[in-house]
Amino acid sequence: MMLFKLSFQNIKKSFKDYAIYFFTLILGVAIFYIFNSLESQTILLNVSSRTQEMIALMMNILSAVSIFVAFILGFLIIYASRFLMKRRNKEFGIYLTLGMSKRSISKLLLFETILIGLISLVVGIFIGVFFSQIMSVFVANSFEADMTNFTFVFSNSAMLKTIFYFGIMYFCVMVFNTISVSKCKLLDLLYANRKSETVKLKNPFLCILVFLISLSGLSYAYYLVTAGIETLQSADSIFLPIGLGIVTTFLIFWSLSGIFLRIAKQMKKSYFHHLNSFTVRQVSSKINTTVFSMGFITLMLFFTICILSSALSIKNSMTNNLKTMVPFDVQFVKRMDLERKKTITGTDYDTFLTDSDRFDTKLNILETLERSNKDLIADLTDIISFNTYEYPDLNFKSTLGSAFSKIQETYYYMNFDTMEELVRISDYNRIAQYFHLPTYELQNDEYILLADFDGLKGIRNEGLKAKTPITISGKTYYPKYDSCQNGFIYMSQSHVNSGLFLVPDDAVDDNFRENNILIANYTGSSKEEKQFTESMVDSLPNTSYMKSLEQSGLSVSTKISIYESSIGLSAMVTFIGLYLGIIFLISSAAILALKELSESTDNKTRFQMLRKIGVDEKMINQALFRQIAIFFLFPLIFAIIHSIFGIQFCNYIIETFGNEKLLQSILMTSFFLIFIYGGYFLLTYMCSKNIIKEKTRY
Amino acid sequence: MESILSLKKIEKYYGNKSNITKAIDQISFDVEDREFVAIMGSSGSGKTTLLNCIATIDHVTSGHIYVSNEDITNLKGNALNRFRREKLGFIFQDFNLLDTLTAYENIALALSIQNIAYKTIDERVKKVANDLNITSVLDKYPYQMSGGQKQRVACARAIITNPKLILADEPTGALDSKNAKMLLESFEYLNQEKDATILMVTHDAFTASYASRVIFIKDGKIFNEIRRGDLSRKAFFDQIIDVVTLLGGNLNDVI
Repeated sequence: MMLFKLSFQNIKKSFKDYAIYFFTLILGVAIFYIFNSLESQTILLNVSSRTQEMIALMMNILSAVSIFVAFILGFLIIYASRFLMKRRNKEFGIYLTLGMSKRSISKLLLFETILIGLISLVVGIFIGVFFSQIMSVFVANSFEADMTNFTFVFSNSAMLKTIFYFGIMYFCVMVFNTISVSKCKLLDLLYANRKSETVKLKNPFLCILVFLISLSGLSYAYYLVTAGIETLQSADSIFLPIGLGIVTTFLIFWSLSGIFLRIAKQMKKSYFHHLNSFTVRQVSSKINTTVFSMGFITLMLFFTICILSSALSIKNSMTNNLKTMVPFDVQFVKRMDLERKKTITGTDYDTFLTDSDRFDTKLNILETLERSNKDLIADLTDIISFNTYEYPDLNFKSTLGSAFSKIQETYYYMNFDTMEELVRISDYNRIAQYFHLPTYELQNDEYILLADFDGLKGIRNEGLKAKTPITISGKTYYPKYDSCQNGFIYMSQSHVNSGLFLVPDDAVDDNFRENNILIANYTGSSKEEKQFTESMVDSLPNTSYMKSLEQSGLSVSTKISIYESSIGLSAMVTFIGLYLGIIFLISSAAILALKELSESTDNKTRFQMLRKIGVDEKMINQALFRQIAIFFLFPLIFAIIHSIFGIQFCNYIIETFGNEKLLQSILMTSFFLIFIYGGYFLLTYMCSKNIIKEKTRY
Repeated sequence: MESILSLKKIEKYYGNKSNITKAIDQISFDVEDREFVAIMGSSGSGKTTLLNCIATIDHVTSGHIYVSNEDITNLKGNALNRFRREKLGFIFQDFNLLDTLTAYENIALALSIQNIAYKTIDERVKKVANDLNITSVLDKYPYQMSGGQKQRVACARAIITNPKLILADEPTGALDSKNAKMLLESFEYLNQEKDATILMVTHDAFTASYASRVIFIKDGKIFNEIRRGDLSRKAFFDQIIDVVTLLGGNLNDVI
């Protein structure tokens, strides 16, 4: 009981030291609870079954991510508790000299950990429950569901999960504490504070050399992910800039720690002004000892900024794109004349088509629909129907012409045998206006290649630059433009047209049909009516006619389903991005804060000396503020520079989703940065100020 | 002669009503310009409290302390800090040098916090370093120096601002006898050649024998006071030992 009392008093006494630790634990618990309770918040939402599937998928991913997050938080907590242990070395030394056994000290720490764990769990879950109510509004908004009535949500499973995961983390902390107590020596504990600082000087020339080399390495990495992005087409070539970025980040910190002081000292006038020399020394000695963690924090912040801004911009742009990319209520696509074609795996359809399949595959979409559900046709209006075509030997490889061999070297993994799809120019022009796309004109011997999927545009342009002709039924056509033009004919939530050939109307004939396409709107005007038609479309595969077919070749995409999956997907990406981003942000800020505070004892004596020689309180606070600000800003600025290039690269990758409203997402990201990172900064400043204010107890 | 420091019936109490400890009980004395005064007393006699009160690190319970006719017991906040950095120089037992700064920077700090231009700082640091024979260690860090060197650096930092009064708290406490002797000779030099006024607290008779006057304190009161006059240091040392014996044994025994 004595031990319990002692540990309780310890926590009470050193609450200032524990403030950051507590803050981080509570924040961690709260965020863990909030994101794991998303499920119970979405249950009440009035959403379709498709959205519910999306939510279920999201929850699965989130719980997987939670395990990862638990690992990060676990490491953070162990790291933090080790810092606090170091601060208390002298206290433990006194206990040992008083005859307390190491076992009792371990027990003491055990009580403390349990106490801190309990308090942080209770407070954290309490805060989590509160904020999850606010979050549920955000959730409803993300899934574009109606918040018909607000209900208080408490997720039992999320609470139990939080307690379970954090229980394991606290257990690990106890184990680590016990190990480090059993290993420590009394002498080291008592004289822990007496060790004087040794300043290791690095070779300045080596530092400058390393700095210049890393700077050029980093510039090269930056170049690779932005201007030189065309060269990064294979998946493994991306590791070069990433690896370069990581290595140079650490090296730059290492070399800067050596040069920083020298540069500062050269500026004698400002160096010997007020407490500047003191501040510079404080910072440089800290950078010297924390090269690794500074580099690590920079990278973490960099990931955070990229994750947050990309996740948010995906959401913003996805929903925006849909308006122009999905102008019709429904689009049917049917692969025609299957007996002439091969399956994806390369087998001939001909070998397993049934008699009814052979009959159906000659029918166009309207005819198929008539046989399956007549009522549906009555509900369709603004019907546009046309065909696309494919010709033997007109495959991807043949359209690249002389550029093929060079392209194959770089993109050896691509399938160059895929057949090309052709469409009559008049058919295309008919629907282009609905998609807000430009219309085109063609001479008799010309073709235009449409593509908007960036990954393939570059390759296709090579073929067009080589003026590769295509041959259709013995007649040759030449490219009108030497690059891919913007356009597509299939409704989709993103730009995925990897190639479509516009040809003169008389170039193709119906013996070489690829797809029959039918675009239409629903006759109903209200949401309910449209939903009713939608359900008929959904249940097409259940009609007796469709059931009699083995291979129908028919596929459907509807506005409603594309919207729902797009919303679901963007919400999913947003939540996972937010979850990971916030956890990364907290971790890096907490590590910085703890590093700063762990040295507060040293700082305390230093600031006391300053006070003794008569330095103004204002000047002291200013020096402390600058010292912490530099310490916090250094990695942040570095990370922001990284991010300027990183975000561009992320955008390039996700460009298929569109990249409007990037500014908005960057603003949101800065909000999180300022709120969490800035919060930690202020907390650290206030805690350090408190610590250096205390009179030394003799 | 003009008095630099003047203590008028100062008292310092610790504790509460039921249990009062009088650390300083009605002490009055003056220190004149260019004087080298040592305060002796056993541990617990109140000598460090006295020094802390003069240094404005601690506050007196009653009484007044005048430095150049300015009552420092009324000073507060930044006025106090300004007084401390402009009028006083400190030398502590444990040196109180900043371990992250070189000797040069430690000394320069005392001036840079007074907004003095770098050129002046540089000149004055080099001069004071020359006076105290520490030019060779200027670019070293405290951990690279011997105790004596550290204390002379601290000494340089204390006098570089040309303070009215240098306060030294057991300056030889952490030094071996050879280094202690060198430091005290520096004090003597500063006092005699540079006209510095020094008030030093010590429990060591040898250290005190370098002073021109020794004030003995016992239980918070002035017990005795002797002046060196024209005596040799050796003779003055013997005189101090006599008083110490009278006070109740070798002061070192109590420590």
